[in-house]
Amino acid sequence: MSVSEQEQLAYIAAQAADARVNLELETEDGMTLNMGPQHPATHGTLRLVAKLDGEQVVAAEPIMGYMHRGYEKLTEVRTYPQVTTLINRIDWLGSFANEVPFILAAEQLMEVEAPPRAQWIRTILFEMSRIANISLYIGDMAVQIGATTPIFFAFRDREHILNQIERVTGGRFHPNFDRIGGLKDDLPAGWIEETKAVIKKMQTFCDQMDDLVAGNEIFQARTRGIGVIPAEVALSYGLSGANLRGSGVDWDLRRDQPCGLVYDQCDWKVWTHPDGDSYSRFWVRLQETREACNIVDQLLDNIPSGPIMAKVPRIIKVPAGEAYVATENPLGEMGYYVVSKGDLTPFRVKIRSASFSNMSICPWVLKGVFVPDIIAILGSLYFILGDIDR
Amino acid sequence: MNVLADLAYWQETIIKVLIGLAAVLLPAGTIVYLYLFKMMSFMQSRLGPMEAGPFGSMQPLAEVGKWIQKEDIFPTKADKRVFAAAPFVVLMSTFLLVIILPGGPDATFVDLNVGIYFGLAVSSVSVIGILMAGWSSANKYSLLGGIRAAGQLIAYELPMILAVVGVVIQAGTMNMQGIVFAQAEGEIFGWGGIGNPYIITQFLGFVIFMIAIQAELTQPPFDMPIAESELISGYLTEYSGIRFLLFFIGEFATSGVFSAIAATLFLGGWYVPGIDPHNDIFNVIGPLILFGKMMLVAFFIYWFRFTYPRFREDQLQRLAWKVLIPLSLVNIVATGVLKVVL
Repeated sequence: MSVSEQEQLAYIAAQAADARVNLELETEDGMTLNMGPQHPATHGTLRLVAKLDGEQVVAAEPIMGYMHRGYEKLTEVRTYPQVTTLINRIDWLGSFANEVPFILAAEQLMEVEAPPRAQWIRTILFEMSRIANISLYIGDMAVQIGATTPIFFAFRDREHILNQIERVTGGRFHPNFDRIGGLKDDLPAGWIEETKAVIKKMQTFCDQMDDLVAGNEIFQARTRGIGVIPAEVALSYGLSGANLRGSGVDWDLRRDQPCGLVYDQCDWKVWTHPDGDSYSRFWVRLQETREACNIVDQLLDNIPSGPIMAKVPRIIKVPAGEAYVATENPLGEMGYYVVSKGDLTPFRVKIRSASFSNMSICPWVLKGVFVPDIIAILGSLYFILGDIDR
Repeated sequence: MNVLADLAYWQETIIKVLIGLAAVLLPAGTIVYLYLFKMMSFMQSRLGPMEAGPFGSMQPLAEVGKWIQKEDIFPTKADKRVFAAAPFVVLMSTFLLVIILPGGPDATFVDLNVGIYFGLAVSSVSVIGILMAGWSSANKYSLLGGIRAAGQLIAYELPMILAVVGVVIQAGTMNMQGIVFAQAEGEIFGWGGIGNPYIITQFLGFVIFMIAIQAELTQPPFDMPIAESELISGYLTEYSGIRFLLFFIGEFATSGVFSAIAATLFLGGWYVPGIDPHNDIFNVIGPLILFGKMMLVAFFIYWFRFTYPRFREDQLQRLAWKVLIPLSLVNIVATGVLKVVL
């Protein structure tokens, strides 16, 4: 009986998939605990296989891919303007921030530059999506630790920001607003004043959360000294964003490579915390939300006038070439490596998403902690499933 | 017991069973609606249930109807009999607890001369039910939850008992009725205007007792056994339908009964100052007064529940063994010395 090569390959693939599903961690003994794919703490379909000795974790490994949607492949059959619709769905809490690096990469290949007004509005919306994203994280972290109330305050106040984003873009969650060479529309009338009021509300929200969550003794007892990641380990695992700054590394792409965004036009500060534990990561994010409010507030004051769209052809063909542009997204460094062969569609897009790299530290940081600490650490590392499985 | 004394034993028992059912279920329903649905919602800037009945007040009934209709699922590998029996064991401890509560000078279910001792003993029965549920579910989360619950409940039984000892020393009796009378007729340094509610003289004991019952009830910040973000629902994970409902009733009814015990021990139970405690009127208004005081105590339990995050298991044990037990021992010594001296 002969077996065709295709059947052999299918068999091997099935075996490999099966081995992944029935993964057994190689340790002396202990109880294997499957957290996920359906588990409240993973807010999505992340699966974490942990080997427990009592309540202590001997080894842990995250298994990703339960929500893989094939965006990198899909971009190869979409024209450049269509791609933004897809990549909106990567980090679904801060959608606008996903579009920007891709558009910037495409602009870099086409050698066009958005007019100043478009750059300013881009930066404002970018920071507003950061506020929308991280304010929810602040409430969610409290839920992970066991307090039910802050998440509702977070949902309530995030809604103001989402409303303002909707006023401009027409999309509450997925704006799809960025265009190669500028933006789709200009700001609606009265938007600037309304947004200033909303930013005030968000600053109050941050103060409230500082008291309610970060200032809570039990919260501090649960997060201080838990999941300590030293700076060199954080760098070697490729962490980025607040996870890296929470380990005391002064690294922020907004300041270091502000390509196409106008962060140099306002006065702000990169927050770091030397401890590297769960609390410091939470604290850095809280300060960053404040700082983002501050940035938006300053930028709203002096938006330059002028067009919002540069001169680009109606049918966009990107000249052959390669470009990598990364920005400091709410979750960390998000970059698009775009390879073009001069067609209507990209030849290849590699998405460097922050959560995927951030999760790689899980086996290292989860070794030896207790089951409740898994949640405190996963919560503070802050991943969004769409950002892990593209 | 003028009315009931003329009845036959079986008639008296039926009446008492019905009143006992009401005494467990009505406070549970009130607490679920007022505190779990409405207070929690208002704290969290929501409205809570608004559709069923005026201001959603029929929502608890709707929930009961929903749970009864749902399928009662048994996991394949579960130990079926133990799995099925566990919620009844938990609920049983609630019903055993409620019988020690006095509602008036004559309005008692059973007037045990060691009432509070009996109450603290039967309150531990729920641990067995929780361990049964955790073990028989054949689920690792349930097992972790069950074992956490056992460790937690045993650790917090001690400070609870030791906190009650202060009251017992001061009242000179373990009889719940006697404790109420001791408070009603007591004097604070010679002034008997409001009696002597032990929350004043036993304030440390009251605080320890409240923390301990918060842990006994597995309410946040001590809800590790059911910690939903870690263990899905702990020992409740595999339960559905009516068995989940029984656990749910057990949880809230027990919080009501423990609040009533706290109200009896520290707030004077069915007594209000200004009326002679032997007056028959207390047999009528006493249960309502006790209910009011119970809701006041329960308010604090639920206020903490919606405010605080959760401890870790080792921090919880540390709090019990290193803080609460030494403090309650100090309280006992101080109470004993003062009792002898004064």
